[in-house]
Amino acid sequence: MTATTSSGAAPAVVPPEGSPPSAAAPTPRRTSRWRRAVPIAITYIVSVAVALALCALLVSITGGSASEVFSALIDGSLRSPGAWGLTVNTAAPLLCVAIGTIWAGKAGLSNIGQEGQVLLGAAGTAYLATRLEGPGFFVIVVSLAGGVVVGGLWALLAAVMKYTRNVPEVISTLLLYFIAIQMTDYALTKRWLLASLSTDSRVNNGQPIKSDARLPTFEIFGNSISVGAVIAVVLTALIAFALARTTTGFRLRMLGLNPRTARRAGVSAALVGGTALAVSGATAGLAGAIWLTGGVPGDRFTSNMSSNIGWQGLLVALLARQRALLAIPMAFVFAVLRTGSQFLSATGVDRRIADVVQAMLVLALLVPPAIQEIQRRRAKGEVVA
Amino acid sequence: MIAMVAFGGSLWDVVTAEATYGSTMRFATLLAFAAIGEWIAERAGTINISIEGMILTGAFTSALGSSTTGNVFVALLFGLAGGLIVGFVQGVMSHRLGTNQFVVGLTLNVLAVGLTAFLDAQIEPTVTSTGTLRIPGLADIPLIGEALFDATWIQYLLYPLIPLAWFVMYRTRWGLELRCAGENPQAGDVSGIDINKRRRQAVYVCGLCSGLAGAYLTLGQTGSFTANGVSGRGFIALAAVIFGGWTLKGTIAGALVFGFFSALGSVFQALGFQANAQLLVALPFIMALATMLIFASRSRQPAALARPFVRGLT
Repeated sequence: MTATTSSGAAPAVVPPEGSPPSAAAPTPRRTSRWRRAVPIAITYIVSVAVALALCALLVSITGGSASEVFSALIDGSLRSPGAWGLTVNTAAPLLCVAIGTIWAGKAGLSNIGQEGQVLLGAAGTAYLATRLEGPGFFVIVVSLAGGVVVGGLWALLAAVMKYTRNVPEVISTLLLYFIAIQMTDYALTKRWLLASLSTDSRVNNGQPIKSDARLPTFEIFGNSISVGAVIAVVLTALIAFALARTTTGFRLRMLGLNPRTARRAGVSAALVGGTALAVSGATAGLAGAIWLTGGVPGDRFTSNMSSNIGWQGLLVALLARQRALLAIPMAFVFAVLRTGSQFLSATGVDRRIADVVQAMLVLALLVPPAIQEIQRRRAKGEVVA
Repeated sequence: MIAMVAFGGSLWDVVTAEATYGSTMRFATLLAFAAIGEWIAERAGTINISIEGMILTGAFTSALGSSTTGNVFVALLFGLAGGLIVGFVQGVMSHRLGTNQFVVGLTLNVLAVGLTAFLDAQIEPTVTSTGTLRIPGLADIPLIGEALFDATWIQYLLYPLIPLAWFVMYRTRWGLELRCAGENPQAGDVSGIDINKRRRQAVYVCGLCSGLAGAYLTLGQTGSFTANGVSGRGFIALAAVIFGGWTLKGTIAGALVFGFFSALGSVFQALGFQANAQLLVALPFIMALATMLIFASRSRQPAALARPFVRGLT
């Protein structure tokens, strides 16, 4: 037993572990768990390193300098004064999108149209925020709620189609995204919807949002952080708690793990699943609202202003692999890449390298769990195709 | 639909204009190439949403091929290779490593958008497009002649591809095994078919077809690569398969129908009608959703569609 080294030993260790009677179990089981953790950690490190190396290679091939890109990314997102504030304010909407995606994902549903839900949520918020009169607090709360409702309804549409007409939500949420773009673009051409009242600009811009309708900010060490970040973290904690400790969360997980059992136990797929989709849309709508009133550069709704918040939030959820609290650091990592990429122009490398890094990271982190699963099945003596 | 009602009296103009058929075919060809690939993948049990990324990558690599070699045939091969690379990653990750196929597909789409946009900005490839090749005689057929036989030669590849896909799927052992992988993988497994291998191969074929669609877009249609220029047409191809009830005939019909709705914008412009620009852009997506509402529950999908195959589990 002690002679086996850690590398590649994980599958070989398991069968002798399982066979001895349980009397001798506790102590060796503990050591073997640690021994198994090492190769797992190694696969994670190797796959992330490979992904980053590929990105670095890509930069060098196209004539850039990988180290310059890296330091520009860090400068823009963490090192320069006030950069933490920008990064945190970007992480907030990403986290909102991700946490809703995790909620729906636990129910076995793949909502992948968050980009559209973010866009419409922001549009709903913009409509209310530019029209409502009254004290700032009231306007902020109502307009955020408006964004939440619009985003939720847009996802609910996909849920209704799924449970009444059997349309896969993977496809319908995606198609709804493309419709959402055109809807908001249309709204930006009409004064009674979102278009700016000033006649001088030919570009379709939204009306400016008054400063007292924007989310309040607070200062920490010279970084101005929006209240949206607090909302996002609290929401994440609430959803993590609800998933782990409430009946609703239990029903949701049961539906995701085994729909047949869930039905026998009296869980209505349409009700629980439909609500889960709507909730994921609602948090995406909230993300749009927070992005508009507390994060976006500029003070108004513009065409396609969701600018990949939805897609990136979705990737954060995939990276967190259904674990709600893990979404917080992952959202931060993505926000670092996103805000840092604004500072890349000085290096002569196109800023979209950040998108490449993000997607490569997700792909890289999909591999180790899959390898573990295969090793686990091999260890059990199954023939893995 | 609304536009059609609003211009009800002009419907005849739209139907009798050669421009209608010409633009419809330009959109439908791309959709049909991709939809044939998606159909094969879905018959083998994969809902391949990375098709958008496959088309985009194919469009970019063919631009790259055209830029480096200047030869259209080589550029076409580059396009095929680009689609195949995405298909390879999708196939291996979802049917060898057993990762969720939607997660992989989505990530690949995001990666393809970012990577092609980044490389396009860094390299700036210049494309030599194919130009049109008129087939004498056939192109003189009224209404549809020019649409079908006065186009880039890449479009002509579609005509043999359709019967070829049918023959391979319904008249070869390989095609039977693919369909088995989508209908009843357990039965196929016990009869000795490597289910996940067949599914991977189906995704590779989908990659090739989508790469061809991308090459058609770059070389035959736009003559340049546009970042994110596929703009959701891969998903419409996906909807075309559902529209067609997972049959080849229906899939091609779906590509034509959605091609028509995609073309409506340019048709209206050519005929001098006014219509809401945003509605026209959104129309193919609205129609795709609307037709799925009707057909998704009516037709029988491959029984094991989107279900990962793991031996011993049901």
